[in-house]
Amino acid sequence: MNASLTLVVIMVVLYSVGVYLLLERSMTRVLLGFLLVGNATNLLILIVSGPSGAAAFFGEEDATADPLPQAFILTAIVITFGVSAFLLALIYRSWRLANADVVYDDSEDLAMGSRKTSVTTDRAVDGDDTEFGTRATAAISTALDLKKQEEREEQESLAAERRQREIDEKEADA
Amino acid sequence: MSALTTLVVLLPLLGAAAALTQANRPRVQTLIAVSVLSAVLLIGAALLVAVNTNGAIAVEVGGWPAPYGIVLVVDRLSALMIVVSAAVLLAVLVFSVGQGLADGDRETPVSIYYPTYLILATGVFNAFVAGDLFNLYVSFEILLVASYVLITVGGTKPRIRAGTVYIVVSLVSSAIFLAAIAMIYGATGTVNIAQLTVRLAELPDDIQLILHVMLLIGFGIKAAVFPLSFWLPDSYPMAPAPVTAVFAGLLTKVGVYAIIRTEMIIFPDGQLNTVLLIVAALTMVIGILGAVAQSDIKRLLSFTLISHIGYMLFGIGIDTAAGLAAATFYIVHHITVQTTLFLATGLVERQGGTTGINKLGGMLKTSPMIAVLFFIPLLNLGGIPPFSGFLGKLALFEAGANNGSVLAWVLIGCGAAVSLLTLYALARAWSMIFWRDAEEVADYENPLAMRAETGSSPTVESVRTTPRIMVGATVAMVAVSIALTVFANPLFDLSANAGENINGPAYYVNTVFPGGLE
Repeated sequence: MNASLTLVVIMVVLYSVGVYLLLERSMTRVLLGFLLVGNATNLLILIVSGPSGAAAFFGEEDATADPLPQAFILTAIVITFGVSAFLLALIYRSWRLANADVVYDDSEDLAMGSRKTSVTTDRAVDGDDTEFGTRATAAISTALDLKKQEEREEQESLAAERRQREIDEKEADA
Repeated sequence: MSALTTLVVLLPLLGAAAALTQANRPRVQTLIAVSVLSAVLLIGAALLVAVNTNGAIAVEVGGWPAPYGIVLVVDRLSALMIVVSAAVLLAVLVFSVGQGLADGDRETPVSIYYPTYLILATGVFNAFVAGDLFNLYVSFEILLVASYVLITVGGTKPRIRAGTVYIVVSLVSSAIFLAAIAMIYGATGTVNIAQLTVRLAELPDDIQLILHVMLLIGFGIKAAVFPLSFWLPDSYPMAPAPVTAVFAGLLTKVGVYAIIRTEMIIFPDGQLNTVLLIVAALTMVIGILGAVAQSDIKRLLSFTLISHIGYMLFGIGIDTAAGLAAATFYIVHHITVQTTLFLATGLVERQGGTTGINKLGGMLKTSPMIAVLFFIPLLNLGGIPPFSGFLGKLALFEAGANNGSVLAWVLIGCGAAVSLLTLYALARAWSMIFWRDAEEVADYENPLAMRAETGSSPTVESVRTTPRIMVGATVAMVAVSIALTVFANPLFDLSANAGENINGPAYYVNTVFPGGLE
């Protein structure tokens, strides 16, 4: 089977850039990565589909291209299109809720991993990773409460520490 | 019969369209969804009887002959899976109707919930009858896109976060699956599963291995097999209770079903059986160790879900008719029991307002009914003798012992230990939620309790009443799981026959190409 080297090189570049972007925390980049990987896969189907030829049903008997991979590619494009629309909606929602589209570590996992680690401090990944930077303002009121809540939780943990220290001192006295 | 086969896929799809047009009439939508799924349940039962008596059915869609057109295949395994998933989908639908009515539809925005749910059903049913790889890919996409919508339904912050993980992981697995299809097509020039078994066998071993591994990775992510399972406990628990129940029951099993088809028909050589057995052991053990450490029931159940996928892989990896029969039986048992447990958890959440084990207590007094509904599937999943969980594990161990290799014995040991640990994790949760007094909760110091949970949140016993319809759906599922025990003998005979049929590609190929392949 002969394959065009250009197509193979393009596919490799699309795959590598796509996978790199998929590993990012920012959802916008993940979306771009998904689109690149999807297109790379479409190219892969095209490359393996054999030599080019005339359109099926209209061309000469022996010179037509294989129509099945074309149907695969069309289906895959439609699916990619639908999923991208959904991802865009998801990113928008995520941005409205959290003021950023960065995916944080799961708080339950972190709490399990190290019981002393405060859940909130690990969220210190700043929102600079999006095109909105830190300038973005909350689109809905609940998003504004995040900072307040963090402060409240910080104070609570300080109070808990103080209490613990008092208990320790009492025990030491006894 | 062939018309019935297409109806299994067509009815839910048309039902979804019809439900979407009735967006502002929730009652009509409910009626459509319930009647469509009941119809599919009946059709599935009819198919199961027909296939069991007359042999498997292959339908050439649109009249295009087999290697060129799309072919739908129903053998005993497919028919059994259709019946079980239709029953589970119906029960969970009724449960969510009850929850939606009670919550004033805040948890389940009705206008899109029912259509999406039916599309999810379409994808699941289509995956079970797909006779070519690309159709299988499309049905995976149908059910995945529907599941993306269901897992983020309502769009709250935790759900968006959990949904993001789920969606991105699923996208990657789909990309791998599609790339595998492209390469298989490039190597063999077909995607018809029955034809692939012949053409792939002609390829050099190393190329077969690459294609095989790529397919298994794609399906392994969907089935939550050990090294590829970390997305599951992060994403499932955040969804609404009925959605989690149906995801846990069905979606991973669709992946397991695809693995069975891959191992038995597409690559029947058993090239990777040893790898499968090792992965099965790791999935069991690491999954259950995760479950023991959890302090939230939904997360705990998600980890037991991963762990029990290992049992099914064990049956597949043994690669004998007996192993496959046991795996088939175990899949049926696990779909019902895992869904029942998640529904019972939904009742606990509804009644107690939380799923945190450390915050709940004394619920045996306030809601004894839920305690019983949780206790029966708990014993069943843990493999206590009279129940189907015990019978399934026994059949697996027997198949493993007949295999006789060292690895099989190691797996039998792992399986026994894991069933004990399952019982431990679930019984611990049960006794803390239901058995202990409510007063104990306040001073209880759990070594695993998290900072977030030891705050000032008050003890919860019972905050709301639970609608009868939710309890009714859960009771029905518990009844089904008990019926699996009572009628275990005919079911096991059926599984044994299904195991015979799928052990090797001959039966499948004969069904699709009655005149033989060229």
